[in-house]
Formats: sequence, C-alpha cells, structure tokens
Amino acid sequence: MNERFSEKIYVGVLSLTHPDGSIVPLKLIWPDGRQWEIDRMLDVRPGVARKAGGEGMRFLCRISGHERELWYSHGQWFVEGSEISDTV
Amino acid sequence: MERVILHCDANSFYASCELVDRPALRGMPFAVCGSTEERHGIVLAATREAKLRGVKTAMVNWEAKQWCPELITVAPNYQRYIYFSKRLRWMYEQYTDRVEPFGLDECWLDVSNLGVTLKDGLRIADRLRRQVREELGITISVGVSFNKAFAKLGSDMKKPDGSTVISKGNYRQKVWPLPVEELLGVGERVRRKLESRYIKTIGDLAAQSPQNMQTWLGKMGIILQRFAAGEDATPVMQSADETEIKSVGNSITAPRDMYTLEDAHCVLYVIADSVASRLREIRMRGKCVSLMVRDSQMHFFSAQKTVDYHTAQAEDIVLIATEMLHAKGFCRLLPYRSLGITVGSLQTDTRPVQTDMLGRYARQDKLGRLSQAVDHIHARYGDRAIERGLALANPLYNTIVPKTDHVVHPVGFLR
Repeated sequence: MNERFSEKIYVGVLSLTHPDGSIVPLKLIWPDGRQWEIDRMLDVRPGVARKAGGEGMRFLCRISGHERELWYSHGQWFVEGSEISDTV
Repeated sequence: MERVILHCDANSFYASCELVDRPALRGMPFAVCGSTEERHGIVLAATREAKLRGVKTAMVNWEAKQWCPELITVAPNYQRYIYFSKRLRWMYEQYTDRVEPFGLDECWLDVSNLGVTLKDGLRIADRLRRQVREELGITISVGVSFNKAFAKLGSDMKKPDGSTVISKGNYRQKVWPLPVEELLGVGERVRRKLESRYIKTIGDLAAQSPQNMQTWLGKMGIILQRFAAGEDATPVMQSADETEIKSVGNSITAPRDMYTLEDAHCVLYVIADSVASRLREIRMRGKCVSLMVRDSQMHFFSAQKTVDYHTAQAEDIVLIATEMLHAKGFCRLLPYRSLGITVGSLQTDTRPVQTDMLGRYARQDKLGRLSQAVDHIHARYGDRAIERGLALANPLYNTIVPKTDHVVHPVGFLR
C-alpha cells in the first residue's frame, strides 16, 4: 500500500452563515493562534479526508495563494496536516 | 414496462465506517467486535483482508484471533453507523423517492420510469458508487435487475465496489446455477428442507411447480418459487412508508449466565422495562411479543405470541414472555446466556381501548398511570431514583444496564 497519512488538525474558523443556512469560512485560526484570511471558496461538497481520516462538508479554499481543503464535520473544523510518509 | 431496481449493499459496513476515521489501518486485517468484557464478543464486521485470513462475521472473538493473531479490533459505535446509513439514504433519495432500507447497510431503490432501461440503471449504479466512495469514503456493491430478489443477488456478485446487471436475458446463466441458500428468504431451515428434495440450486427451485412448493413449504414456498423464477413482483416501498416504527426490541447478554428461572425473570424485567418505556416514549402500544433465548452453548431459540390487547406495560410484557418461556419448553434450556424481547404490531396510544367487565381494563389503566408516574420520576431524578423491589431481591438486576442507544430494527422482509 502506497497510501500516505497525515495528522488531523482541528482549527478555529471564523465564518458567515447565510440566511439559507449555507456557511462561508472567512478566516482560519491555527491552534497556536496564527491566522489566515480565506481569499476564495473554490468548491463545496461532501467529501472524505483520505489522509487524516474523517468525512464531512469539504471546502476547497484559496488561502494566501495556496489551495487548501477544509472540512466541517459534526460541528468542528479540521484540516489535514503535513504528510507522515511512514506507514503507522 | 420493465421495472429497474437497484439493490445497494455497503461492503463490510461497520468496518468500513471505522476505517474512514482510521485511514492508517486501511489494508490491514481489521474487525468491529462486541466487547469481550461484557461477553458480547463476536465479530460484527470484518474487512476483506481479515476475511481472507479466515475471519468470519459472527465468529467468537477468540476464534477470530486464532485464525488471525494480528487482527485489529475495535468496539462498535452504532451512532456513527446510523449516521453513515442516513447519509447513504440521502444520496439514494436524490435519485428516487422509492428507497426501501433492509437493515442499516442495504437498500432497494426503484428507479423505474418511462423509458428507463436496465442500462440506465447500471449508469445510475456506477454514479452512485462513485459518489459514495468520494463523499463518504466507503464502498457499496450494486445489483441492477428487474425485481428485488435478483437485484439483491446481483449486489453480492462483485465485491467490493462493483455493479452487476441481471437482466431477463442473462438470469438463467447468472442466477440459476447459484446455490439455493443465496436467494432472499431461504434460511438454513428452508435450505435443508429443499435439499432433502434434491433442490440445490436456484434453477432447481424455479423448475418446481407452485403446487408442490405449497405442499412442502406452504405460502412461503410459492413466494420462493416465484423469486427463483424471476417473477417477484413485490414493490419497493416509498421512503415515507418506512419511517413508521414497526417494532421495538432489546436484548441483553447478562454478565454471567442465568442459571435459574428467577435469574431469567429478573433479566426479563430489565429488558421489558426498557422496551416498555421506549414504547411509551414514542407513544405506541403493541400486541405481539417475541421472545429470544440464547443458551450457554450459543444455540438460539425464539417464539412469538399475539395477545388480544395492546400494551406498553413491562408487567404485561413479562407476563406474556414468561408464559412463552414455559409453554415452549425453554425452561429446559437453562442456563441462558442472553434474552431478548421485541414488541411488534404497534399502534399509537391515542387509539381507543376496548374496556371490559373482567377487570383487565381497570388493571391496565392503573398500571398505565403507575408507569407514567414512574417515568416522570425517572426523567426528573434519574433512573435509580425509583426501582423495582426485584433490584433488592436479585443481585443480578443491578449489574445489568440496558443500553440507551437502542436500534429499532426494521421488520424482516418477508414477515
């Protein structure tokens, strides 16, 4: 198996909830307090986090020029951390 | 118009759900098992890798470990599986409102419409598979056919993550050579009966005359023969039909075997109390009580009885269950390992009740008000605030805690 895994990192998110219930994440807050603006939302759909595990609503965002995936699952936000190359 | 029916079956459902959250374990022999400490120790679901090493569903934990010492096991998390099951249903319901679940991990979908062919059915199946894989991270196998029985057979043919079409053109080659027990509705008992008449494959069964089948197996025989011949016309239920609860049940494996009828009685009360309070919670009453007994050798026995009144009282349920225990000779099976009670034939408790002059109605009414008061006390001050005297009489009582996350099982397909 050549799959790669990564840590699941729960993060803070500042978001806007529209009257129709749709949610737009605006700012990402890392556990250590660092913050990034979310520039653009590229895609929203249910999806799996294959490397870190878990599933939920998957937001594909552009954050300071980089595409990043952000998951909203059971009331929490998480991202996939950097890859752990060795199998666990 | 030919019907187009899909049967979607989630592969190793419990185990796959767990692997979504534990990607590092993918590709390893892995199983979801009841916990050994509480003695519910059987394999509930195993991954393909575990099955290849000889692990089978319903195998006792230690036996599974013998086959596969490196087996990784986790305890079940039913809330999570129910969540996945619901997500699957939502996906299916994007295609049709005729979605009939069969347990947590299987569903029939009727996608028939004017001009829709089995080929279109296959296309829908492939799309569904991809969607489930991408959005949920688990896989399903889909059978596409012109009736429910064949669709179910089809979903067993390509595992994991495959679609199989069984059409009027190919079912003789694909279905008829299969052993008869693969057919929906053929359990071990029916299989043995059929085998004694040299009916071994589904094709053999299809070739029987309905008259013979009726004599051998009764009404069920005719249904099975029709299934085998591809003449199953049972409809896929509308999604809304199903939300109605069909039965409420619970079973308990005691921390130690029940050696006496007093022990069994005590356990029956714990189960009946939880079933009855759940019935009252959903404002239902039932008149058909099923009793399940598993003895210390893991043999399983069951019986059911319908009475002429509806009840949601533990006292009535225990009374009926105890009667069955005696009438069916289950007393001789002691010691028991586990007991279960299910109450079915439900109706809402707002339906009028027939009174009588024999005092039964008066008793029912009194019991009803008593249990209402007890429910109220439980809700306010906790379950231990008021208890049965039985709790003091038998130490077994306090060691059993009925689970709070009961699953209301859909009633079996053919009942």
